[in-house]
Amino acid sequence: MGLLASVISGFALAILAPWVHRAAREATGLLLALLPLGLTAYFLGCAPGVAAGEPVRAAYTWVPTLGVAFSLRLDGLSLLFALLICGVGALILIYAGGYLAGHERLGRFYAYLLLFMASMLGVALADNVVTLFVFWELTSFSSYLLIGFDRERAAARAAALQALVVTAMGGVALLAGLLLLGQAGGSLELSELLARGSELAAHPLAVMALLLIFFGAFTKSAQVPFHFWLPNAMEAPTPVSAYLHAATMVKAGIYLLARLTPIFGESETWFLVVTAVGAVTMLTGAWLALRADDLKRILAYSTVSSLGTMTLLLGLGTPAAAQAVVVYLFAHALYKGALFLVAGIIDHETGARRVPDLGGLRRAMPLTAAAAGVAALSMAGVPPLAGFLSKELHYAAAWESPQAATVLAGASVLAGMLLFAAAGLAAYRPFFGEPRPTPRQPHDPPASLWLGPALLAGLGALFGLLPWLVDAAVLAPAVAAIRAEPATLHLALWHAWNPVLGLSLITLAGGLGFLATRNALQRWTSGLGTLESLAAQRWFERALKLVNGLARWQTRFLQSGYLRYYLITVISATVGLSGYAVWTRVPFSPPGSWLDALAYELAVAALILAAAWTVVRSTSRLGAIAALGVVGYGVAILYILFGAPDLAMTQFLVETLTVILFVLVFYHLPRFSVLTRTPARVRDAVVALALGGFVATLVLLATSAPGESTLTPYFLEQSLPAAHGRNVVNVILVDFRALDTLGEITVLSVAGIGVYALLKLRLAGGKSR
Amino acid sequence: MISLILRTATRFLITLLLLFSVFLLLRGHNDPGGGFVGGLVAAAAFALYTIAYDVAAARRALWFEPRTLIATGLLAAAGSGLTAFAAGRPFLTALWGTLQLADPVAVGTPLLFDAGVYLVVVGATLTIIFSLAET
Repeated sequence: MGLLASVISGFALAILAPWVHRAAREATGLLLALLPLGLTAYFLGCAPGVAAGEPVRAAYTWVPTLGVAFSLRLDGLSLLFALLICGVGALILIYAGGYLAGHERLGRFYAYLLLFMASMLGVALADNVVTLFVFWELTSFSSYLLIGFDRERAAARAAALQALVVTAMGGVALLAGLLLLGQAGGSLELSELLARGSELAAHPLAVMALLLIFFGAFTKSAQVPFHFWLPNAMEAPTPVSAYLHAATMVKAGIYLLARLTPIFGESETWFLVVTAVGAVTMLTGAWLALRADDLKRILAYSTVSSLGTMTLLLGLGTPAAAQAVVVYLFAHALYKGALFLVAGIIDHETGARRVPDLGGLRRAMPLTAAAAGVAALSMAGVPPLAGFLSKELHYAAAWESPQAATVLAGASVLAGMLLFAAAGLAAYRPFFGEPRPTPRQPHDPPASLWLGPALLAGLGALFGLLPWLVDAAVLAPAVAAIRAEPATLHLALWHAWNPVLGLSLITLAGGLGFLATRNALQRWTSGLGTLESLAAQRWFERALKLVNGLARWQTRFLQSGYLRYYLITVISATVGLSGYAVWTRVPFSPPGSWLDALAYELAVAALILAAAWTVVRSTSRLGAIAALGVVGYGVAILYILFGAPDLAMTQFLVETLTVILFVLVFYHLPRFSVLTRTPARVRDAVVALALGGFVATLVLLATSAPGESTLTPYFLEQSLPAAHGRNVVNVILVDFRALDTLGEITVLSVAGIGVYALLKLRLAGGKSR
Repeated sequence: MISLILRTATRFLITLLLLFSVFLLLRGHNDPGGGFVGGLVAAAAFALYTIAYDVAAARRALWFEPRTLIATGLLAAAGSGLTAFAAGRPFLTALWGTLQLADPVAVGTPLLFDAGVYLVVVGATLTIIFSLAET
């Protein structure tokens, strides 16, 4: 119950948020933060049980026949994510209140943030793969709303759409992959699939499933070549960048890979793909981070690099790597979240965000500078901060990798140096050196703004100094979940003189070197850099253009705008396809006797035929409509003769209303004249006769079909006892087949509103001309 | 063209037609009739009114915006299906009770559903007729 409430409460509060904001104004952020704070406390309360190896589980039936359940499960890995989502979420809500103070759509912003928080919590807690997918897509969707929050700016809209297209594309692949995995494992519950372990990886469907899941995870976690959407997403307001694009959402892909490690972690495909993609992303991101000028883009690219690092570590699949990825994830959320929030403060207080425009801010904003400094040192991997612990474990895992250890360790150290320099760029340059003139006079922000980064940076320092606060309670269970075996984790700042410490020292020296020569590097490689950063994006845009072109072409082809061509298309398709099916599958037996029809039935039939002929030959519209009415009334008489009063009544009324509609339309039509040539008329005749002949054949087939329907007696018997009605037709409409009727009246509504929209639009257009 | 005879007749006919349409709706479960036919009769009544007077008068006589009727009808039909959830049954499962009048009458959610169909038919038909008549 608690688990369900933890997910649902966020959605409920998201709906209420705009009203809360209207009532509470400035206090909204604090008020709304109470929910994630409470959830953090709840999850912390669950921690001892989870650490003891007893996951919390809650399941609700959804579509039991397909194995789809709304099931949630809290194990070590989910717990770590849940704590990050709720803990950071609370700070972000408070920060957003200060950052967007006075914004007219702040209430809506809170709603989007909470929507995202609840969705992300759902991703971390979902046990059923379908539940996971639904929440996964909800995070993409809420991310779209948040990135495009400044909807007036075209760049924000474009970035939002790009992020949505890339992640939703991955989402579709992910759904296919997860369903294939479920097919292979015989269950859609992740916990049951995980219990099958690596035996599942040998299933023939597993490789396909894995590749599809990779596609989903890599797009979400901005791995090369899909990394370009993340820096573009920096168009979002900064609290969003800190929350979604540093601490939580982009790690959903990492979460998924970590989650599936017990199944695939030992397969060759896994090692090759995940390690390689991770290593390339790690280096690409770090390099681009050093070359960027915009504070937020520096941080975004460094996040890409960190995501690559975590992917790389998951690819290694060793116990040391699992430890490293968990500690890295935790430390990264703290320092990167803090740095983003600092970037937001700088932007907010000075009006500038490019590194060359900033300098010497430490005197004007000492609190911010302190938070930035601590967080940046953690990012650079300097002791005694949490980032140092994670970097040590990262190097150790790469150094001890069973394959390609030298290459991986070398790449890791290179990325470490670049990230060290990027950290200096983001947090040293703006605060030291000569003060520069900025659009606004800088000073420390209000408490709501500095609270978040100060707390996150402070926690980074605290957990670096006192790792025992979290290592056994929160981090070790997460490692155990990735390894699917009990795990212990003891973090310490000092181990001994070993090669890894040497690598750390090299990183320090190299990083200082990169920082010192950064501007020169940027100049030398200016031609090279844009090329590599845009290559993937250019392909993406090209593909998008192609799809749009294709859509335009087929729309022009199919949507000619002429009613006659629509009719010809629809009728030929119907007659062709259905006719083929009937021709090949249904044995045709001519009806037994043509002559058992009674004289007055034949008279009605003759009347209908004569009226139809009049419709075709008439040279007056009113005459044609009247004749058409005769056809309809004739059919209605046939209904009465064959005992269908309901149908007859409806037919009479429809015919009457149709005539009224025609009369109303006539008024607007030009005078009647013959515009078509003979060939076109012959073509129309052929099409019309084909449809009539086909329908007649169908009716004959249906009436002469051998065997009795089982439905008819069922409805006749059940109508009164089961549905309290003697009129079987009506009982079928409103009870037995009510869903069909619901669909039909929905179509009717859409048609009515469609006619209204078309007519009113034409009117409005006419007026403006 | 203004026809006094038509106008006078319409004033009486519309009442009768509307009563008849409700009659059709209510008897539909046991005898020929139902929400769809009833809705068409009601729409025809207002169409007649439109012809005898004009659209503005017909709109006033209807009281409600036709599109509101569409929305209300859809909501009623879907809502009648949702009541099944309260009883722990699947969507659109009919629930029945007995109304103690002179004779006990079985009343169920299908009646609400049919009333929804009635409103959608009236709303959609009149939306189209009014829009056409106003262009």
